[in-house]
Amino acid sequence: MKISTIKDLLDAKIVCGEDMLDDDVFSACGSDMMSDVLAYVKDQAVLLTGLVNSQVIRTAEMMDMVCIVFVRSKQPTEEMIELARESGMAVMTTDMRLYEACGKLYVNGLVGNGKVHHE
Amino acid sequence: MSESLTFHFDVDGEDFTSAGQASVQVKKNLRRLGIPPEIIRQVSIAMYEGEINMVIHAGGGKADVIVSENKIEIILEDHGPGIPDVELAMQEGYSTAPDSVRSLGFGAGMGLPNMKRYMDEMTIDSVVGKGTTVKMAVYLS
Repeated sequence: MKISTIKDLLDAKIVCGEDMLDDDVFSACGSDMMSDVLAYVKDQAVLLTGLVNSQVIRTAEMMDMVCIVFVRSKQPTEEMIELARESGMAVMTTDMRLYEACGKLYVNGLVGNGKVHHE
Repeated sequence: MSESLTFHFDVDGEDFTSAGQASVQVKKNLRRLGIPPEIIRQVSIAMYEGEINMVIHAGGGKADVIVSENKIEIILEDHGPGIPDVELAMQEGYSTAPDSVRSLGFGAGMGLPNMKRYMDEMTIDSVVGKGTTVKMAVYLS
């Protein structure tokens, strides 16, 4: 799915990374808990979250993600936008809630990573 | 690369916003050295979890990343309160982080187990009242 399609499906506003709108992504995840993102996510390129602080950007960077969607009309700070720019990430905001935003993307073909596998 | 290379960082314990800066820098340095992306991700995540832990629990500390021919080592040292029961701290979901930390998106009790999962080796030396040293390593090829 193209990042521009995510923007359209979520009726989102792009905050930075306009040059990446044409890039393709293949999976996504949604969480307000960065601990869980770090523990359970594997190869997801998009993070949907309602949490707003610099660690959201850093977590996404550590996981090699390319796009962050802030849900529930949450607005990233200037500092966060700058961090995202430095890391080459696209950031957008949507009025939708997390569940609804994830659902929209999922039914349109942007999948997750299945169940958590416990060792 | 026949000699090892060390990157040293002081982790500021006062500022949650800046936590993770060292990990971002390590990631950049490893990329420059041409380390395989999957290894870079493993090291970055383990280091980031460790850095967050030092800021949340120990008021900061210091971090060294040593890149040698066959492995990358991470040594995290703090002078925080120490971990009374390391085995318990290693259990997924066990956390002593306050609610204020949880509202920032951390403190799910996944940090230490996650570090172990991504690394090939991990040891924790902790003395209550003195501090904690975490040593981790991942092998190259």
